Amino acid sequence: MIPESKYEAVIGLEIHVQLQTLSKAFSSDSIEYGALPNTQVSPISLGHPGTLPMHNTAAVHKAIMIGLALNSEITRFNRYARKNYFYADLPKGYQITQFDTPLCVGGNVDIKLSNGEEKSIRLTRIHMEEDTGKSMHDQDMYDTLVDYNRAGTALIEIVSEPDIRTGDEAYAFVSEIRRLVRYLDICDGNMEEGSLRCDANVSIRPIGSKTFGTKVEVKNMNSISNVKRAIDFEIRRQAEILDSAGLVIGETRGFNGLAGTTFSLRKKEGVTDYRYFPEPDLPPTVITDEMLVSVRASMPELPRVMFSRFTANYGLSDYDASVLIDDKHSAQYFEKIVSHTQQYKQAANWVTGPIRGYLNENALGIEEFVLTPTQIADILSLIEEGIINHTSATQQLFPKLLDTPNKMPRELVDELGLTTVKDSSFIEDLIRDVLGNFPDKVQEYKNGKVGLIGLFVGEVMKKSQGKADPKSTNELVRKILDEA
Amino acid sequence: MRITEDKVRELAKLARLQFEGEELTKMQADLENILVMCEKLNGVDTEGKEPLIYMGNQQTTLREDRVIQEISKEEALKNAPKKDSDFFRVPKVIDGNE
Repeated sequence: MIPESKYEAVIGLEIHVQLQTLSKAFSSDSIEYGALPNTQVSPISLGHPGTLPMHNTAAVHKAIMIGLALNSEITRFNRYARKNYFYADLPKGYQITQFDTPLCVGGNVDIKLSNGEEKSIRLTRIHMEEDTGKSMHDQDMYDTLVDYNRAGTALIEIVSEPDIRTGDEAYAFVSEIRRLVRYLDICDGNMEEGSLRCDANVSIRPIGSKTFGTKVEVKNMNSISNVKRAIDFEIRRQAEILDSAGLVIGETRGFNGLAGTTFSLRKKEGVTDYRYFPEPDLPPTVITDEMLVSVRASMPELPRVMFSRFTANYGLSDYDASVLIDDKHSAQYFEKIVSHTQQYKQAANWVTGPIRGYLNENALGIEEFVLTPTQIADILSLIEEGIINHTSATQQLFPKLLDTPNKMPRELVDELGLTTVKDSSFIEDLIRDVLGNFPDKVQEYKNGKVGLIGLFVGEVMKKSQGKADPKSTNELVRKILDEA
Repeated sequence: MRITEDKVRELAKLARLQFEGEELTKMQADLENILVMCEKLNGVDTEGKEPLIYMGNQQTTLREDRVIQEISKEEALKNAPKKDSDFFRVPKVIDGNE
């Protein structure tokens, strides 16, 4: 937010998404992450003369998928273009991209802000292109070292309209794109490793003004929260300049994550002349009706569809459903549990509660979780049948199961003797013990401090080592106290 | 003169070339001639004609997504003017990707 709030920010985002194909966009070398430098290259990706690029079917299909998911219009007649500039990580001296016929035109990203507000951000375009190699400037005193493993990796660039107004909206926009590319399985969305990258164009103007202020491009934000931080900082910086009657300079700025500030990378001297022209090495790609039908058919369920299904079919609350679908693998895990049980709400609670808690503590993803959905479903039926209570399920059975993940919960309950005791004489004895230990509290209870019942029940539960059923214990405690 | 000396320098910079003195004057005249020739084309009536971009109606044949590693790292580095055992080495460029 702009502190003085006499300005309004106008923000457009450009997101580069590396497509998770096996081979590169225009050549057959692998794109596997983390390979030794310059081992995944080819005469094509190294830009040798006389080589001819051939476009990867999977790259085209995945690019169409994101366009369909974002309601874009898919361009049927696709031309490729050369964007010309000289830099060592671009071996050909040009990048193959699309200029006047982007694959996807228009579309929108619906975002939900932390305050619950919803907004639709329009897209300008999504086009197909290729990635560059990686330059390392700080490894050697005199030379820059270049690794071309990444050169030629299939990319799409998603360009938003300048509809974004705050760092929070930008955060929600990038989060939504990341979730979507993960659902579609077209990118792992890892901003630290650079498979998803975001640049922001930020300008501010007095509220009510219709003209745009001078635009600053911010780069190098390697996490979604840094996108928000960089934009928030940039808005403040520009507001301070305008407040002191200064002029914002059109430039490219980097983001320093440690300091939380942006710094000038280079001034924009006029418009860079990339001299785009049609790529003569690649005839146009025509997207046929059949291709669209088959891509659409191969698309996994989208989060918003899953959300409606979870609320309608499983009766989950909007909140539970949205927490579950936030992560595709959690949603899938939940669905596997409920294929074994009708305890939908409880299944959702387990996935977002104890399971997520354990995974977060151990920095694991649910796809690495040792327990199967069948085991969780088994725990749910044990609770439903009244064989164990919820407390001992989460506090005793669950940790034990994590230690011995090859056992079924039902076996473990027997082995550990976790079965809830409903035998009232056993519990009554425990209750009398507890009440005997707290004569003054019993007196206070009788004098009207009825809230103390929780203390007595808690003590009984402790003594029973979680085996007592909390509900019947509660009733019994009340009954005995009233009789006494 | 429609092609100024500064225009020649600007074009040369984009192409990473350098012309000065006599060379620059010659290049200026050549570019001027090219421009004159192209201007003749402006006289042709192209109303209602689609621009000709591709020679023929050929469409791209898409390639199957399969990994084929054709060359080794050693082969990749072989023709580089400067290299070490893993990397291509190039002079340091301070200013961004221009």
